[in-house]
Amino acid sequence: MEVFQIMLLTVLIVCAIAVSFTKNLLTAIIIFMSYSLVMSILWILLESPDLAITEAAVGGGVTSVLFFVTLKKIHAIKGDERDE
Amino acid sequence: MSRRKSEEEYAKTKAGKFFRWLSGEEDPFLGKIEMKEESSKESKVTLEEIDEDHKLLLEKVYDMERNREIKYFQYFYRFMSVVFCIILISVLIYTVSFLPKTGNANNPDNNVVSRRYIEKGLQETGAVNIVTGMILDYRAFDTFGESNVLFISTITVFILMRIERNKKRDGSLTKEEAEANDRVYEPKNDAILQGVASILVPFIIIFGIYIILNGHLSPGGGFSGGSIIGGGLILYLNAFGFKKTERFFTEKTYKWVCFCSLTFYCLAKSYSFYTGANHIPSKIPLGTPGAILSSGLILPLNICVGLIVACTIYAFYALFRKGGF
Repeated sequence: MEVFQIMLLTVLIVCAIAVSFTKNLLTAIIIFMSYSLVMSILWILLESPDLAITEAAVGGGVTSVLFFVTLKKIHAIKGDERDE
Repeated sequence: MSRRKSEEEYAKTKAGKFFRWLSGEEDPFLGKIEMKEESSKESKVTLEEIDEDHKLLLEKVYDMERNREIKYFQYFYRFMSVVFCIILISVLIYTVSFLPKTGNANNPDNNVVSRRYIEKGLQETGAVNIVTGMILDYRAFDTFGESNVLFISTITVFILMRIERNKKRDGSLTKEEAEANDRVYEPKNDAILQGVASILVPFIIIFGIYIILNGHLSPGGGFSGGSIIGGGLILYLNAFGFKKTERFFTEKTYKWVCFCSLTFYCLAKSYSFYTGANHIPSKIPLGTPGAILSSGLILPLNICVGLIVACTIYAFYALFRKGGF
């Protein structure tokens, strides 16, 4: 179990560094989402399942959805060129 | 000679200014109200000029070949930012080295408070889940503050993002235009999304309700359950559009749900604080621990918090997307 935990922690660190190095905003949000999901698994391993539920719902779901909407509002998501 | 002042003299006195301000003729700071449009035109011209000046200034300042000082300043800036980061990190790590080791018996966190929560929590609150017993009974005032913060933040977003219906001011969109603008990047009535949503949304919302209602028995509670329900509502809204959600969720619903939940929370907790402070035995039965109708006030308070959180999350999303709900 400890090996699994260490693997998850390394994924967490890699995600945190990768967010600051990506130039595409959309990719950054998706990495942030995966960070939240890994974090929620870690909360379960740390024996606090209620935090895990909240982290998965708020961090993985709602916050990133709000980020997506904001990116759409400021026209930072580029759609396919066929659509335009 | 009459004592009455002439009209010009009266206009200069404070009373004259006040009454003219009251009747809407003149603002003490802006001058005559009728002049406002002209002044706004003037300010527009000056704004453009300011922009051009700013551009010129930037070009001259960031001309790297001629302006050597800024080159050196940028090197200095980068160097100092790295140094500052290293200093900050070392200070934090140095502070951490003074913290007591985790799990030590002599740690300051191993005191009367936590022991009391663990040993007597079940007797005093009736909640099997100690965490919920803590946040909604011993520390209910904290949770009340948090739900108020959620409500205030929704109102702030509402002030910032709201689009008024059928009122066009320069540059802003009307509600219909915003709705049309909203659908530019999205397929309308997507069959796959609707099919998936119609299967998933009931389960998500029922799971959220289960977590809220079992907050005192199993992990979870008002906040997590409410955010799950909010997420389900967002999925439903994305699949079926605003017309379907506006049948059951409008500004009025939001207003009443939040008002009722916050007031109920406030009154219920006031009662228990009052009885606790005056050493009066509370009349709310704690029930048998483990049953769903137990642990006194925790279940209704959980429902209140869950409703507020779900409404807040849905309102955030609707306001971000369309500027109204």
